[in-house]
Amino acid sequence: MDKRMTESEVIAELRDGMTIGIGGWGPRRKPMSLVREILRSDLKDLTVVAYGGPEVGLLAKYGKIKKLIYGFVSLDSIPLEPHFRIARQTASIPEIVELDEGMFQWGLYAASLRLPFLPTRAGLGSDVLKYNPDIKTVKSPYADAEELVAMPALNLDVALIHMNRGDAGGNGMALGPDPFFDDLFCGAAEKAYMSVEKLVETKELLEQGPIQCLKINRSMVQGVVEAPNGAHFTECPPDYFRDEAFQKKYAATAKDEQAWDDFKKTYLDVSEADYQKAVKAND
Amino acid sequence: MTDIQRDEYCAVAIAEAFRGDGEILISPIGNLPAIGARLARLSFEPGLMLSDGVSKLFGNTPGWGVKGAEKIIEGYVPYRTIFDIVWSGKRHVMMGATQIDKYGNQNIACIGDFKQPKSQLLGMRGAPGNTISHPTSYWVSKHSTRVFVEKVDVVSGVGYDRARELGSAAKYHEIRRVVTNLCVLDFETPDNRMRLRSLHPGVTVDQVVENTGFELVIPDDVPETRAPNAEELRLLREDIDPNGNGKKEVPTEA
Repeated sequence: MDKRMTESEVIAELRDGMTIGIGGWGPRRKPMSLVREILRSDLKDLTVVAYGGPEVGLLAKYGKIKKLIYGFVSLDSIPLEPHFRIARQTASIPEIVELDEGMFQWGLYAASLRLPFLPTRAGLGSDVLKYNPDIKTVKSPYADAEELVAMPALNLDVALIHMNRGDAGGNGMALGPDPFFDDLFCGAAEKAYMSVEKLVETKELLEQGPIQCLKINRSMVQGVVEAPNGAHFTECPPDYFRDEAFQKKYAATAKDEQAWDDFKKTYLDVSEADYQKAVKAND
Repeated sequence: MTDIQRDEYCAVAIAEAFRGDGEILISPIGNLPAIGARLARLSFEPGLMLSDGVSKLFGNTPGWGVKGAEKIIEGYVPYRTIFDIVWSGKRHVMMGATQIDKYGNQNIACIGDFKQPKSQLLGMRGAPGNTISHPTSYWVSKHSTRVFVEKVDVVSGVGYDRARELGSAAKYHEIRRVVTNLCVLDFETPDNRMRLRSLHPGVTVDQVVENTGFELVIPDDVPETRAPNAEELRLLREDIDPNGNGKKEVPTEA
């Protein structure tokens, strides 16, 4: 099986109005080269589903998001994503679904198991239910008769994830300290596309790390993109840590239109290869 | 070992919030919570489990913000495992609160109208699931009427009034303590309204009342917050917070 593709071939598979899940967590192991390709595309009216980091801020800044489903949108060292903050405070994203982090996971898990919902206590009594009247409760059919949140499946059209290693068939390895929920994003999606830091031969996979790192099997993935430094400026350990200086520069663009124009011109109006060159020039 | 500082009283009060917790994961979010949690673990609650905030459990108790401190790893807790622990109940979180009301409803989501907030905050994060699943405490470094409000704009963490309406579904709900730079508060009242539990030395009841935007339950006799003993003070100053991060957050008032 050879599922190798380029970023542009992946993004050409997407359509306006699609529901797109983006793996990783905050500013950690995000498929940024794929996100940058979306920014360069004409795609619009997307529903974005993420434990959000800079990809949400960027997609919001570009006006690509019609509906945002999230547990948080953070840059870690900058607790609130600055472009997301502006998007919220100007109500520029038409539909907002803010969930408890655990409910979010449960929605992905339900979708990946082809269930309509999974029960949980998370959300009960909080305003998550007030602002999301579509989320219903369900009564336990057993003696306890407890009223629980029926967290609906978060079904995705497409999932985009980034792994440390992978093979051409779509087996993927997360070598860092946390695999996050990327396998659930893939499971919840009709189609999943995986970028990897480095493509290796299948027989070389176990030379890369322990078998427990093989979180993604090829049945979960329709396309593989080799994208060295593809998660930049988010972290992708052990390959690299977050580029804090770059992240600061990015964050500053939320307060200064000129800085944004410069940033966009240098890093976003260019090809991925030129992005990587421009990033390297900062070193 | 004299001249106990305000931040050291706060650290002890935070540590006391974890007393009796035994072998569970504690998640102290913020600076003084991290210090107080370490104090509890190094003194009277050695069973507590502490994570590095990413995916590892510390087998020892490294100082807070101490470069080069030895770090022994005893466990692996990626986020998925953390969520499992949250829902299993074997956890006690101490979160911050941008707003909190008299029943302990907490807001870290946004200020103003949710549809178009005046100020977007962190978001719901894990607050709904935390508060409905296991004990929760709060840390407020600047006790003021901006934080302690009659009504929070958005409910992220669930308070006692809402928990009561849920009936048995809220059987694991507990807000243990609210520790601030001025005092310690709890909900040990018949209707679970917030009560003044102790005052840090040098703080008056009036000062707390002035800085609280709702009516607190105030007992006739409000004790002083317990002082750290000599060993606790040594732990705080030498091992846990030698760089004085606690003082940066809560300076002793002149």
